Amino acid sequence: MSCCGKNDKSGCCSGEKSSAFGEPSPLDTARRWFLKSAAAFTTVALAPGVTLMAFAGAAPASAGPGRGPATAKERWGLLIDVAKCADDCSACVSACSKENGWKDTGHPLTDPQWIRKVTVSGKGATASLPVMCQHCASPPCVDVCPTGASFKRADGIVLVDKHLCIGCRYCVMACPYKARSFVHEPLEDQLAHAPRGKGTVESCTLCVHRVDEGRQPACVEACAATGHGAMIFGDLNDPESAISRRIAQFPTHQLRADLGCDPGVRYGTGS
Amino acid sequence: MLVRSTILAVLVLAIGGLLTTSALRAGDGTTAVETVPPPPGRTPVPVPAKGKGDQCVAPTDWMRRNHMTMLKHQRNTTVHEGDRTGRFSIKACVECHAVKGVDGKAVTVTDPKHFCRTCHDYAAVSIDCFECHASRPQEPGKVANFRGSPEDLAALTRYVEGLGK
Repeated sequence: MSCCGKNDKSGCCSGEKSSAFGEPSPLDTARRWFLKSAAAFTTVALAPGVTLMAFAGAAPASAGPGRGPATAKERWGLLIDVAKCADDCSACVSACSKENGWKDTGHPLTDPQWIRKVTVSGKGATASLPVMCQHCASPPCVDVCPTGASFKRADGIVLVDKHLCIGCRYCVMACPYKARSFVHEPLEDQLAHAPRGKGTVESCTLCVHRVDEGRQPACVEACAATGHGAMIFGDLNDPESAISRRIAQFPTHQLRADLGCDPGVRYGTGS
Repeated sequence: MLVRSTILAVLVLAIGGLLTTSALRAGDGTTAVETVPPPPGRTPVPVPAKGKGDQCVAPTDWMRRNHMTMLKHQRNTTVHEGDRTGRFSIKACVECHAVKGVDGKAVTVTDPKHFCRTCHDYAAVSIDCFECHASRPQEPGKVANFRGSPEDLAALTRYVEGLGK
């Protein structure tokens, strides 16, 4: 049992530690107060399974922005209109870099690549398009991850939990889209909303911090700002969303659909 | 005579056993031994930087013992479940407890004056949080204070205690 429990005879909240912090021991008042509150707690007898979140909900919060947990009701996806994506434009890439704080370190072979512009050609035509994590419904990176660091959120966003990532880079190998990169250099002054650090794998998060606030990913915003409007972000599960209506209206493709990963990022040429 | 010395021996053994037990208990750091605060100047003690406002999101003593559990719990709900309605976060810690350096800017964790390092250096407990997380605020001005009742705190305590089980 951890410290400060009710009827804690072991008295782990002893004045010993408190006094080590150079204060007069608050033991007496603190413990009395705690026993009192613990008694109140038992008489109130809160429902079993009370959680920190329920606790947070008890006092209406203005502190936490955003909505509750992600649910399977949504499946977030992107539609990229290849016909509108300009060859010489990389606004999405620079917006992503600025939003998430990744930058080139002068080692092109190992630099982070959350999103990149690629040029594809075939059948006499050439197209330029951005490729990032495809947020698969059956992500191979999650299958191979030995620690559970690679995971898919309920709303379909595929992420790396860097607390659990051991940097084995198995997911980097498994991803058919080369969407993941590894941080080789020690970092400092990361952005508060986009923690990233040496020894862990990273990739496009679909700007999960923005999505949770009801905003669009940075690349989509930047693409719209250039006037190209080649990217649409939205809920693939909602037939009324702009992205779903566009997908229903025009033919779209998933990259390497034959692999059966069912990516949430779609490419099309309809307009 | 023999009976008397036997009784004496038993008493001595019993007292010795009691003393040993209490010494062992004192050694594991869980006894309720009250210690007198060291006289000023004798023992080096950490002086952690105070945050903004009256107190932290929970009373100071409680935070000293439970902050790590709260951080760990909230990281899981935030990262995996995408629930950002929680009121506690490492971001809020950093924003509230930032210490200004000589240049007037908040110091990073590379500076021994950083609010986490003040105690963690003293206790020789290494923290890896700032290998990935920002160790100084980017959006100043936010203050998080505990505004719940003692019952709220008791519920929170019980919840945190249950996390390890």
